[in-house]
Amino acid sequence: MKRRPIDRESPDRLYTITGGRTRADETVFDSVSLIVAECEPVPGMQSEHVKILQLARRPIPVVEISAELHLPVSVVKILLRDLLDTGRITVRHPSSGTRAGKPDPDILRQVLVALNNL
Amino acid sequence: MLSTTSELSTTSGLTTTSEPSATDEVSAREPLPASTEDAMKIVIVGGFGVGKTTMVGSVSEIRPLSTEEIMTEASVGIDDASRVRTKSTTTVAFDFGRISVSDSRVLYLFGAPGQERFWFVWDQLFAGSLGAVVLVDTRRLEDSFYSIDRLEHHETPFVVAVNRFTGGPSLEAVRDALELAPGIPIVDCDARERESCKKVLITLVEHLTRLYDRTPA
Repeated sequence: MKRRPIDRESPDRLYTITGGRTRADETVFDSVSLIVAECEPVPGMQSEHVKILQLARRPIPVVEISAELHLPVSVVKILLRDLLDTGRITVRHPSSGTRAGKPDPDILRQVLVALNNL
Repeated sequence: MLSTTSELSTTSGLTTTSEPSATDEVSAREPLPASTEDAMKIVIVGGFGVGKTTMVGSVSEIRPLSTEEIMTEASVGIDDASRVRTKSTTTVAFDFGRISVSDSRVLYLFGAPGQERFWFVWDQLFAGSLGAVVLVDTRRLEDSFYSIDRLEHHETPFVVAVNRFTGGPSLEAVRDALELAPGIPIVDCDARERESCKKVLITLVEHLTRLYDRTPA
């Protein structure tokens, strides 16, 4: 792992990007919740929001946005909350939910087929 | 204070679309199909240098990506700038790849370092995982004890894969040393080989299928 952007970061920058928001809203998003843009970026938008809306023209999970923006997953979740609250994105939550539960046997079969076809 | 825009909207000046910035990086990635509805996760856990990244890369359909998460339990509050300034921001890095399952489903594979501090972000990142692979280096078995203990604690089903570097003890000996429960599969693998990694993942999914067959809903 060569890239360690946060280690070089001033915490002030993360504070600025999130507008000083806390982590309270994080649970709205799973790390693999798929984000879909519902609009194009508009002038004057925060640069991170612009980038997210561009990335989310096709469904993209939170972790891929995090990797593309070089920002921690938690920070991305806070940015996403702003976009969700203003109706600029929609979210496709994972069917597996956030607790250890019993996955649908059909889904496991699909995964097995996909792995065999790799 | 660093400017947010200077780092995030650097452009090569070679953009061909009407979007002036960021488009280069956006187009470099392979987007998911528009029909994708559901993303799943499997986590590959192991100590440093055991081959997690190699395994992710061997089966991933995209070049593995890497990112980071902030540790909450380290009392790092990004809402409290005065406190942050006096403490260093503690993050854990991880990488991941993906495998298409169908037009509507995709599977993400995460490589997670098994050391103690990583488990502080487990729920933030890996709650709801289908299962995990504990990747073992027989020369450093002790690295795996903690991971196995934590996976059991989080009730995440797992299989054990021994990444063979040089011979080493038999699978049965490793099973005994790790005190694995009888139902938990243990297999040999070569993290560099796609076929071998495929088999490990198939072993995990078959294990999950058996596990949930026996468990009433």
